[in-house]
Amino acid sequence: MTRRIVVVSAGLSQPSSTRLLAERLSAATVDALNEPPTVESVELRDIAHDITNAMLTGFAAPALQKIVDDLGAADAVIAVTPTFNASYSGLFKSFFDVIGTDVLTDTPVLVAATGGTERHSLVLDHALRPMFTYLHASVVPLGVYAASSDWGTGALAERITKAAHQLAAAVAASAKRQAGDGFDGVVAFETLLAG
Amino acid sequence: MQFGIFSVGDVTPDPTTGREPTEHERIMAMVAVARKAEEVGLDVFATGEHHNPPFVPSSPTTMLGFIAAQTKRLILSTSTTLITTNDPVKIAEDFAMLQHLAGGRVDVMMGRGNTGPVYPWFGQDIRQGIPLAIENYALLHRLWREDVVDWQGKFRTALQGFTSTPRPLDGIAPFVWHGSIRSPEIAEQAAYYGDGYFANHIFWPKEHTERMVALYRRRFEHYGHGTAAQAIVGLGGQVFMRRNSQDAVDEFRPYFDNAPVYGHGPSLEEFTAQTPLTVGSPQQVIDRTLGFRDYVGDYQRQLFLIDHAGLPLKTVLEQLDLLGEEVVPVLRKEFAAVRAEGVPDAPTHESLKPVMA
Repeated sequence: MTRRIVVVSAGLSQPSSTRLLAERLSAATVDALNEPPTVESVELRDIAHDITNAMLTGFAAPALQKIVDDLGAADAVIAVTPTFNASYSGLFKSFFDVIGTDVLTDTPVLVAATGGTERHSLVLDHALRPMFTYLHASVVPLGVYAASSDWGTGALAERITKAAHQLAAAVAASAKRQAGDGFDGVVAFETLLAG
Repeated sequence: MQFGIFSVGDVTPDPTTGREPTEHERIMAMVAVARKAEEVGLDVFATGEHHNPPFVPSSPTTMLGFIAAQTKRLILSTSTTLITTNDPVKIAEDFAMLQHLAGGRVDVMMGRGNTGPVYPWFGQDIRQGIPLAIENYALLHRLWREDVVDWQGKFRTALQGFTSTPRPLDGIAPFVWHGSIRSPEIAEQAAYYGDGYFANHIFWPKEHTERMVALYRRRFEHYGHGTAAQAIVGLGGQVFMRRNSQDAVDEFRPYFDNAPVYGHGPSLEEFTAQTPLTVGSPQQVIDRTLGFRDYVGDYQRQLFLIDHAGLPLKTVLEQLDLLGEEVVPVLRKEFAAVRAEGVPDAPTHESLKPVMA
């Protein structure tokens, strides 16, 4: 079966180094997989209003819901955010706040971030990694942080390739099961009544 | 089929004037709305139960008893009665008393409530929401049906030889609806007892309603109360009408944009497309409402939310005129024309009386 990769980028400008990093990681992951996957790229900027509305109303508008459904069905997710105030961007966090806590369970995730200076590289480990762990995602060990200065070095490309290979290996070994809707196995009332 | 209105009982400033009604004004407005509902030919008035500002209806049976004294035909109900935080003994007594005063024109909708802090105010724990709803209702169900009850559970003191008074009018327990947006356990509970299931069907896309009703119908049949098509289903709905559709949109928009729950979020146009809210002409409300049947099947009760978000009483009463004169008569006729054979009406006190030999 064709693997499905969803790439989430929270870059705000156009062009965006966050989006560029997401594309590089996506291409490297496609190369690392044995068979070509389908890739869906999500720009959070495009659905920023839907994300806010979902926080206010408690439900996702159709465009956002489709992305949530796609994430739930994804074999791997690449998540890339700019570093704002020493953490992920608010939009990035809001998006993962509204998708629900079971959507990414057991999903292999590659975390990546961009920033103006290399001094923020630990954002991957103090902000992104704990959040995805909370969501029961399976975060691959290597994350990719790209400061402005990194774009001029070969080391970034090397790290992208290594991280992509880890993600591809995680996909191959993945134990992810497709989630049901929670209505399939109804708990019989006698069981509920028994406490 | 029954048609009526359900009220949250919120005290919200009118965003077009900035004026906030007093609690007293809001309470009396709810009574006026209920009386008007009977006057224009609707069947049901249901009040919410809330124990925190900005809501006023903390004591539903007091309000419904007052309305009962001023009406003759209207069925008095709730939306919802908190089965989690109220003592089931007190619910049994309050609603039996209301039945006697209202000549049986009473039913009740059980709900868990969704305001976390309410639970400790009444000595309960929100993490036990579902188990409380299950156990408390199991006791309530017995209190209305057995004259003397011995009982022991997890959440309240045991009962030895307890008799809840007064006994239900004519020995007939009030009909019960179970309301839930998306908890399958509650649909299962309604199905198990052969009670009604009510989907609030406002503020959310129809998908939750569709799945919950389907589950309830399937399990209703499983428990042997009848076929899935015979299960007793109620739906909410939210409307704002003027004869001219654009007038309705223009007038309602400031209330929508500033409403609690969904205000300052999606546009009115997005929200009407994504949820059952209909803002437009009576004919648009008729068409949209008839469409509900497409995804829940033949159903027994339709309640509309028309009095929230700071809409002034005068406007709400005008909504009731439109409902009573132009919308509900057509809905009654059109729903009856397409209804499948063998689908029952919602049970009432009269219909539940045993047939005399």
